Amino acid sequence: MSNRFTWFNTTSLTLGFVFLYLPILILVFFSFNESRLVTVWGGFSTKWYAELFKDEAFLDAALVTLRVALVSATMATILGTLAAVVMVRAGRFRGRTLFSGMIYAPLVMPEVITGLSLLLLFVSMGIDRGFWTITMAHITFSMCYAAVVVSSRMVTFDSSLEEAATDLGCTPFQSFIKVTLPIMAPAIISAWLLSFTLSLDDLVIASFTSGPGATTLPMKIYSQVRLGVTPKINALSTILILIVTMGVITASILTKRTEARRKEDERMAES
Amino acid sequence: MNTSSAKKPSARFAPWDNPDEKPLVRFKNVTKRFGSFTAIDDISLDIYEREFFALLGPSGCGKTTMMRMLAGFETPSEGIISLGDDDIGAVPPYKRPVNMMFQSYALFPHMTVEANIAFGLKQDKWPKNLIAERVEEMLSLVQLRKFAKRKPHQLSGGQRQRVALARSLAKKPKLLLLDEPLGALDKKLREQTQFELMDIQEKLGMTFVIVTHDQEEAMTVASRIAVMDDGKIMQVATPEVIYEYPNSRYVADFIGDVNIIEGRLDHKTEEGIQLAWAEGEPEIKIANNASRSENENACFAIRPEKVHVTRDEPQGVDNKIKGQIDDIAYVGNLSTYHVRLSNGMIFKAQESNIRRLANREFTWEDHVWLSWRSTAGVLLD
Amino acid sequence: MDRKLGRFLLIGIPYFWLFLLFLVPFGIVLKISLSDVAVAIPPYTPTFDLDNGWEGIKAFVGNLDFENYVWLTEDDLYWSSYLSSLKIAFVSTVLSLLIGYPLAYSMAKAPSEWRPTLLMLIILPFWTSFLIRVYAWIGILKTEGLLNQLLMFVGVVDDPLHILNTDTAVYIGIVYSYLPFMVLPLYSALEKMDGSLLEAAQDLGCTAISAFWKVTLPLSIPGIIAGSFLVFIPAIGEFVIPDLLGGSDTKMIGKTLWVEFFSNRDWPVASAVAVLLLLLLIVPIVLFQKQQERAQEAEQ
Repeated sequence: MSNRFTWFNTTSLTLGFVFLYLPILILVFFSFNESRLVTVWGGFSTKWYAELFKDEAFLDAALVTLRVALVSATMATILGTLAAVVMVRAGRFRGRTLFSGMIYAPLVMPEVITGLSLLLLFVSMGIDRGFWTITMAHITFSMCYAAVVVSSRMVTFDSSLEEAATDLGCTPFQSFIKVTLPIMAPAIISAWLLSFTLSLDDLVIASFTSGPGATTLPMKIYSQVRLGVTPKINALSTILILIVTMGVITASILTKRTEARRKEDERMAES
Repeated sequence: MNTSSAKKPSARFAPWDNPDEKPLVRFKNVTKRFGSFTAIDDISLDIYEREFFALLGPSGCGKTTMMRMLAGFETPSEGIISLGDDDIGAVPPYKRPVNMMFQSYALFPHMTVEANIAFGLKQDKWPKNLIAERVEEMLSLVQLRKFAKRKPHQLSGGQRQRVALARSLAKKPKLLLLDEPLGALDKKLREQTQFELMDIQEKLGMTFVIVTHDQEEAMTVASRIAVMDDGKIMQVATPEVIYEYPNSRYVADFIGDVNIIEGRLDHKTEEGIQLAWAEGEPEIKIANNASRSENENACFAIRPEKVHVTRDEPQGVDNKIKGQIDDIAYVGNLSTYHVRLSNGMIFKAQESNIRRLANREFTWEDHVWLSWRSTAGVLLD
Repeated sequence: MDRKLGRFLLIGIPYFWLFLLFLVPFGIVLKISLSDVAVAIPPYTPTFDLDNGWEGIKAFVGNLDFENYVWLTEDDLYWSSYLSSLKIAFVSTVLSLLIGYPLAYSMAKAPSEWRPTLLMLIILPFWTSFLIRVYAWIGILKTEGLLNQLLMFVGVVDDPLHILNTDTAVYIGIVYSYLPFMVLPLYSALEKMDGSLLEAAQDLGCTAISAFWKVTLPLSIPGIIAGSFLVFIPAIGEFVIPDLLGGSDTKMIGKTLWVEFFSNRDWPVASAVAVLLLLLLIVPIVLFQKQQERAQEAEQ
């Protein structure tokens, strides 16, 4: 099999990526539009960014979103890691099937159902809706994603490493802390990043579980978009896209570099 | 094939022959079941201090379970395992004075070589300066002082193996367990490392238990070998005894190459006994075997290198059979001749190739004589 | 004892959390779907009242009925919502497959040093906000939007096409948002395929094209199935896309639920819609699960 770009491959890759990226590029492009219209070019300007930073409602929403995301990602990673340990290591226990069902179900559950059911729970328990209800809802669905990410790494974990630690004098708990966790760290970090992004992104569940005074950024964007398209949203989107893109690219360059260094090390070790 | 290592011949090391010697490790009627599967079936076994003891067998024979019970990763379902005077059956691995070198080495990838070796010492709360000293000592023992600051992935396979060894030795365990320690190395390195292991064991005066499926490795390093099959120990003896006096067809067949002839015992005399094995063929004379009686069914086992191949009928030998060469396996230093006997059986005989190939005596289809002394083989059930 | 407690806590904490915040809420949804709407806070009746003891529970159970479900079967809106959800999800899945397959195939056939970059480019949109990606299409598909400007400039059409607020826009939105879900399993199925299989097929007399139909395509079926489920299942319950890109006549069950809940404030009916949506989803989810298990077995 020759691994060169054929014209077919080049064409389909080009078309595919144009389809994926062109709408985003257009969005970014029109954030610098002088005109109020997002589809007609009226000259370059950064006034929408300036206006965005003057809008307190947006800044408040951004702050709420960030707080929710930080708290929920951290909690979800802790709970998800525990759940991953249970799924991979705990062996048989009563209710195991139900447990793994509860881990996987939220991944395929429509958000409207998750949101509705959590809202009804909070209402019937008489909990005031706001920051904490959104956060709890986000923890619940993020922890399932975190559990899947961590457990998929954990199944390939060489358990003889833990045995070696116990053999050298660690209790099972100590060997988990000293050996398993540090080696699992990359998976745990990606679980946290995934939970964080899911929380930043969520509109539907937050809409159901939020109360007065707790409006997240996606909720704010949604209500603005329903009123009509404005370049301010384009500006906000551009900032968000920029942050995410930089994060992902940095992460992938870092992993690529460590990978390359690792390969180089291995080559040197064998020679 | 390699036979046993040369243990110092002056003072023969054989505590197992001394009834007053107390074993370091004792398995007493140990059984281990996993669900309905019996991995270890009522094994009793003694291992003595300073021994290099090998558990040898095919995969699934229970040798790894034996080792994991010694390390504390499995507890016996029945029976007692004692170390010195203590019953250790239920003691968790982190409280045992026993360390293990893992088959995968299990080096902690996030720690340097130094930190890996120091891991167990820190766990035991050794003072800092003593840890540093001990790590130095271990690094020089395995000749890795230059690599102290490296991470495991920056080492070659052989170096990793030595780090794993150093780490498991650092805590001065009463017993060191080695799980297929050389399995991941290539043949040349493996042979060299076998001798290093023996040197280290001798130098430290420690007790080693090695698990292996490689019979040459077991023969080379071990003071005694336990040959296992299907959760049972078939024979425990020194490599010489295992090779020359196997106690069963299984052991004879598992260790090295062997010819086995089935027949019926006959003509018992002072010198030995004879085996009738085929119509019209002379009976095979076998020395000793006073416990055997006539008319028993038995089989005769003889190693190929103990059988001579000649073109002319040999004179003054105990046993001789006529046959025809079916195949020749030439491996350089040796040639193995597959000789077809009158009853169709293939009999293997091995000769050193003292002469160059061009002057080889025999070729395919040649008629030859096979001969051996009456003491060369053994009778088995 | 210590270890037992540790094990209990290890299993207990995540178990308890999921039980309380995932399973119990479903019980409540089920319960409320059997209640009646009321002008009250919370806006349904009966509410659970433990003060009256056993009599209270009996009265409570007696007041539950399937009225809302009967209502759902009688009103056309719900039937057509369910059916049109299925239709939209199915069409979008097929479209995603048609677009995703050549993309995944070309990625798998790209030089190996390019593949990590291409893969990253596929995954990158995952990390950007879903809402923003859907929003980006509004400006493109609007009547006075960029697509129409382009089409009229080129001269393909004389009058602007009406795309936004139609089912077509919903298809585009779903395909766009879920394309990575389709491409990733396809790519992993195609990428691990042994290249010598194609050479063997050609050696045995296939042309490159017939080798594709006879070897590559059949071997990528697990990827096709996995990708299709990954698009189909979330598409059924989708809310944001039909709401922002669809028209008033675009009926999808997620949107119907939302409207029932937020606009009509009919919590019992919204709950009944949720229960039925879940039932609708169980079949494809179970099928998907089965297929994944089979694929895993095949790999061993």
